[in-house]
Amino acid sequence: MRVRNFLGRWGLLIALVLAWEVSARLAGSVFFLPPGEILVHAWQLWLTGPAEQLWLTDAVYADVLPSLGRLFGGWLISAVLGVLIGLALGRSRRATEYFGPLLDFFRSLPTPALVPLFMVLFALGTPMQLATIVFGTVFTVVLNTADGAGSVDPVKRHTAQAFRIGPWGWWTRIVLPAASPKIFAGLRVSLSQALILMVVSEMVGSSSGLGYRLVYAQQQFEFADLWAGIVLLALLGYLLNNALLAVQRRALSWQRGAENPENPARAKGRA
Amino acid sequence: MLEVAGLGHTYEGEQRHVAINELGFTVESGQLTCIVGPSGCGKSTLLRMVAGLQRPTSGRVALRGAEIDGVPEDLAVVFQDYGRSLFPWMSVRGNVEFPLRRGADRRQRAMEALEQVGLADAAKKYPWQLSGGMQQRVAIARALATRPSLLLMDEPFASVDAQTRFELEDLLLSVRRQHGSTILLVTHDIDESIYLGDRVLVLSKAPAELVADLEVPLGAERDQIATRASEGFITLRSHVARLLNAGAEPEAQRATAR
Amino acid sequence: MARALRGLVGPLALLAVWELAAALGLLDRHYLPPPSVVLPRAIQLLTADSDFLLDTIATLLTFLIALGISALIAIPLGLLLGSARPARRAVLTVVEFLRPLPAVALLPLFMVLLGSGPETKITLATYAAVWPILFNTMYALDEMDPLYTDLARSFGFGRVRTAFTVALPHAAPFVATGIRVSASIALVVVVVVELIAGGARGVGTFILEASSGAGRMDLVLAGTVVVGLLGYLINSGLGLARRKAFGWAESREEL
Repeated sequence: MRVRNFLGRWGLLIALVLAWEVSARLAGSVFFLPPGEILVHAWQLWLTGPAEQLWLTDAVYADVLPSLGRLFGGWLISAVLGVLIGLALGRSRRATEYFGPLLDFFRSLPTPALVPLFMVLFALGTPMQLATIVFGTVFTVVLNTADGAGSVDPVKRHTAQAFRIGPWGWWTRIVLPAASPKIFAGLRVSLSQALILMVVSEMVGSSSGLGYRLVYAQQQFEFADLWAGIVLLALLGYLLNNALLAVQRRALSWQRGAENPENPARAKGRA
Repeated sequence: MLEVAGLGHTYEGEQRHVAINELGFTVESGQLTCIVGPSGCGKSTLLRMVAGLQRPTSGRVALRGAEIDGVPEDLAVVFQDYGRSLFPWMSVRGNVEFPLRRGADRRQRAMEALEQVGLADAAKKYPWQLSGGMQQRVAIARALATRPSLLLMDEPFASVDAQTRFELEDLLLSVRRQHGSTILLVTHDIDESIYLGDRVLVLSKAPAELVADLEVPLGAERDQIATRASEGFITLRSHVARLLNAGAEPEAQRATAR
Repeated sequence: MARALRGLVGPLALLAVWELAAALGLLDRHYLPPPSVVLPRAIQLLTADSDFLLDTIATLLTFLIALGISALIAIPLGLLLGSARPARRAVLTVVEFLRPLPAVALLPLFMVLLGSGPETKITLATYAAVWPILFNTMYALDEMDPLYTDLARSFGFGRVRTAFTVALPHAAPFVATGIRVSASIALVVVVVVELIAGGARGVGTFILEASSGAGRMDLVLAGTVVVGLLGYLINSGLGLARRKAFGWAESREEL
């Protein structure tokens, strides 16, 4: 039963990876590498360093860590700014009406189009990348947070007034928790946006980082490097998304019961 | 009309769970039979099996002598959660027309059913515009429009407030008087089961078994106030309540009843 | 109407502050020209510059083609694969791995395989745009209340009739959300390919060329404004269309 369950979920994925391995080995093309080869190459590329460096190679310290640093740095700045601004915005109907469309405009603007501008305004390298990531993600966080903050139902507000809960309590114990599902949704979307922007900004305006390495590998026809980079980014995206989901589940554990008291789509067969 | 014999259902899985254990009863044509039992005793599973939505692991269900295989033709079900059972993208009339075959009289039958439940004016409205009681009436109208020979109802009035519940109960009785429908209604509310039913079947806790099969000697005319205050009602009510309280020992019950 | 006017306060305030900052010398006019320079330039480009118009049309057309193809692929596929729970589980697991990969990471690979022309743009944008639509379609079917199928069965509907009369209307608003998300992704990918590969004309290429060399920042900013408008109109337009068509659906943003 457990085996069937496991296969039911992962079977297709495993089958596809195997098919990839077999077909790539049969085709023997230099462009299309089998996953086995890619993983071996990735291992050599990143995990064969000296023990003092935690077995990580110089390549990791030169490219992977700076990329991650920019990604998280930009995303965290954007998260903090976005949540603070969004909470304030969401509680003011006037402010939402005046500034909502402007924020929406900046959110739907394809941020990569701003990269040439940022390259001129900011120093090449990390400052430009941080600017790109922050600008490209903060509006998503603001708007989602505002949406959440604005949807605190009036009953809660009256309850707070009836119990004379002061402003600190109001913001941290009522508005923030009530808005947190939408805040997390905004954070998840902005994280995937940040990943895209990190890659794009490194491809265009940097001399280090994963994005840069991908373009470099392409220019040097180093396909193993190229595929290894792609797989690493895919893994990164997957892990980041799941990590955030896990955090969300912990933070919102009180919420599942309240929101979906009897979500039938999740219910097992029962009388 | 409906015959249930040796019906049983066991859920296989991580833990084997016997929901229903050897249930048997018959429902005569034109009768309103209420099934009452504690929460989680398998009443809904029972109804789904009678409706043909779920296959029992043992026993059989026969409609007019023929054993059912899948959902039989002229059967209609009203579920508890009106909010979930109406399709939000269709108007009230659209929802009532939904199960009817395409044909000239489709709209007419839908409007007739809506009139019966007093919602002819709401035909063009959408479910989210209606109150809970009204939505449940639409669900009832939808079932009625199909002119079923057997109407199954799964705790249909559990989600509405008490006032609305009384209105809906009386609506059901009047509709039934007009059509002579055969109705099998599942509920956890003892008062409701006695008020509505010609017969009351009492189930035990899971594994569900038939604890009692009682006639309701209150006559055809029922009134929310008079009937509920009558002696017959009160006596029967305490009897059923005691049976339910005793609850999980169907063996013991049968022993003492003998 | 009043609401729409109030919505203009934000942009007007921003433009005013920007213009003021430039006038006071807080901003370098060369690097960040004020709106009084940028906006007229943008209008001039759109109305009098045929090359720019062609670029804009190229970007828009590529975007539409990519979105169209991806919808044509993802919607039927999503409906088909999503119709049975075991298929959903298996496919959603695979999608969960593929979706977080930024499509732009595949650009170097695609450039090697397909070159730098419009084919790369369309292919990559289509690839990127398939996932949100596919995911949303399948998610819609996954979270559909099983009561709906019970109801249909209890009224004697077969699987096909249930699929068309119940599953499809239920899934439609989700699909619309998926299309809106896919649209912004497709536009981003198109612009990125134009910026990086440069082999096919488009607004991104225009911006890139304007920013290189001496750097005509007024052109860069004007181009950016046009792209921003495109993105905004597409996004708002799709959002509005969804609200009009599916007013009955609660807004469930599953991305």
